[in-house]
Amino acid sequence: MTGARWYKALWANPKSRVGLVVVVAFALLAVVGPWLVGDPTAFLAVPHQPPSTAHWLGTTGQGQDVLAQTVAGARPTLAVGVLTGLLVVGFGAVTGGAAGFWGGRVDDALSLLINVFLVLPGLPLMVVVAAWLPPGPATMTAVLVLTGWAWNARVLRSQVRSLRERDFVAAAVVSGESGVRILVAEILPNMASLIASAFIGATVYAIGAQVGLEFLGLGDPSAVTWGTNLYWASNDSALLTGAWWTFVPTGVGVALVGFGLVLVNFGIDEITNPRLATPTTGGGDG
Amino acid sequence: MSRGVSFLARRAGFYALAAWAAITLNFLIPRMMPGDPASVMFARFRGELEPEAIEALRATLGLTDGPLWSQYLTYLSHVLRGDLGTSVAYFPAPVSEVIGVGLLWTVLLAGTALVIAFALGTLLGALAAWWRGGWLDSTAPLVLSLVGAFPYFWLAMVAVYLLGFMMGWFPLRHAYDTGIRAGPTVAFAASVLHHAALPAATLVLASLGGWLLTMRNTMVGVLGEDHVRYARARGLPPRRIFLHYAARNALLPSVTGFGMALGFVLSGALLTEIVFSYPGQGYLLIQSVRAQDFPLMQGIFLTITLAVLGANWLVDAVTLILDPRTRR
Repeated sequence: MTGARWYKALWANPKSRVGLVVVVAFALLAVVGPWLVGDPTAFLAVPHQPPSTAHWLGTTGQGQDVLAQTVAGARPTLAVGVLTGLLVVGFGAVTGGAAGFWGGRVDDALSLLINVFLVLPGLPLMVVVAAWLPPGPATMTAVLVLTGWAWNARVLRSQVRSLRERDFVAAAVVSGESGVRILVAEILPNMASLIASAFIGATVYAIGAQVGLEFLGLGDPSAVTWGTNLYWASNDSALLTGAWWTFVPTGVGVALVGFGLVLVNFGIDEITNPRLATPTTGGGDG
Repeated sequence: MSRGVSFLARRAGFYALAAWAAITLNFLIPRMMPGDPASVMFARFRGELEPEAIEALRATLGLTDGPLWSQYLTYLSHVLRGDLGTSVAYFPAPVSEVIGVGLLWTVLLAGTALVIAFALGTLLGALAAWWRGGWLDSTAPLVLSLVGAFPYFWLAMVAVYLLGFMMGWFPLRHAYDTGIRAGPTVAFAASVLHHAALPAATLVLASLGGWLLTMRNTMVGVLGEDHVRYARARGLPPRRIFLHYAARNALLPSVTGFGMALGFVLSGALLTEIVFSYPGQGYLLIQSVRAQDFPLMQGIFLTITLAVLGANWLVDAVTLILDPRTRR
């Protein structure tokens, strides 16, 4: 299917239409939002004030505007999420593709590596790596890719393995095309929908894991992101003072983006597999 | 049965390899960082640490002047002897001692949540497939996907706010009432349960959806198979068909998923512990991060990894019992 037809099919599906609207709305917010609100780090008012007409979402424990922080936090968080999603799928396609296409020793070695990474617990590994590196978006992306690539590699490997047995691949082999060319030009385009949903799943994972790591204090605490918003809310005792407005808006933002992306994935599933009349799993998860 | 034994032996070999990879990563990560790890680390602690603490830190990380391979061998032999070094923040307590107490709380919290979520989610998933297209089937997957989209720890924060702060039904923090002496008394057990209820409930809520969807999807497939149709044609009671013919056969993918879910739930538990100031591994982990206590941090990573690998091996053993195909 071409891009335009994909778009039409996704728009026709009620679930993915809702998902697309939500995701595009947040993408716009991330791009233009920071110019619409004031400086999110400015100390403007009395700390921990509930929502009012002056500060629609109240103020933080430091007296900053929660609305400005929520809007400004979207950009770095979503940027790292999308970049990580792309890298995870790229890395997964290379390793999973090579393992599935060449099989034999290559597959044995790569599968072992994939399985080892799958069985190591993700969050503690992320913490150990992130703690040694200087905090910032580059560290965050590297850590998320390191701990997230294996799941996609495994999914993509099994799909390449099954496509490897098809007639059109056999024809390409007979016509003397090189292995790399067959993999890139023949096999990968035929699994575009799987790669798209793997990318969406990886992005959802990256946003969630990133927010979790920054909540732990492993991000750059002076930057304004969704994760550091929650870190400061927790550090400024939002829970012990009942300042719900300091953590609710950011959490709702994270959840809406994640849910929107999962809905788009539901749509992709239903388009490529028409038997799924009722909802089923939404592809990759955290 | 011999095939079963060799299956378990092969799996044990794989987990041993994974454990070795984790230990080696632990050794390599500080050494792969730009610059000399020792000076980077000691620069951060300048003036804050006793000379003995710095020496202990060096020894823990095996940062001697010897060549890399001899440092590696020293490190391996220390880990194999269960010597994880000396904590910097709790100096001079050994890391293994600091970790010991916290591990119990984490296992209690994550273990309970995992078992409840597995049982409840699997049952609901089986029922959703049984009444396919009914209200449970049409609402539960979507609602639980929405709940699952929220970060684990954020749900915990909302729960603390609503049920702890506003309603006052549950304690806001810690694992038991500090006014009660820890011991095998009814009052202490009640206090522990009271404190664990809310963190465990948020973990269950957040992980329920995965179990439900896995079971539902497998069960839909099994219900369409011939042996179930035959059982229906014979006029067996629906209860018997549900339990013995469909659910039992659909259970296998959920059990295989148990090992993997362990890692996810554990990560969730680590974050949830921080929200509740629950004195488990997650709480220790963040304290070690904040105090830049690298030996403790690495020790926690290793213990958690080994616990996960061990649990995965037990799950393999259970699969062996459930699935006769691996036994023959």
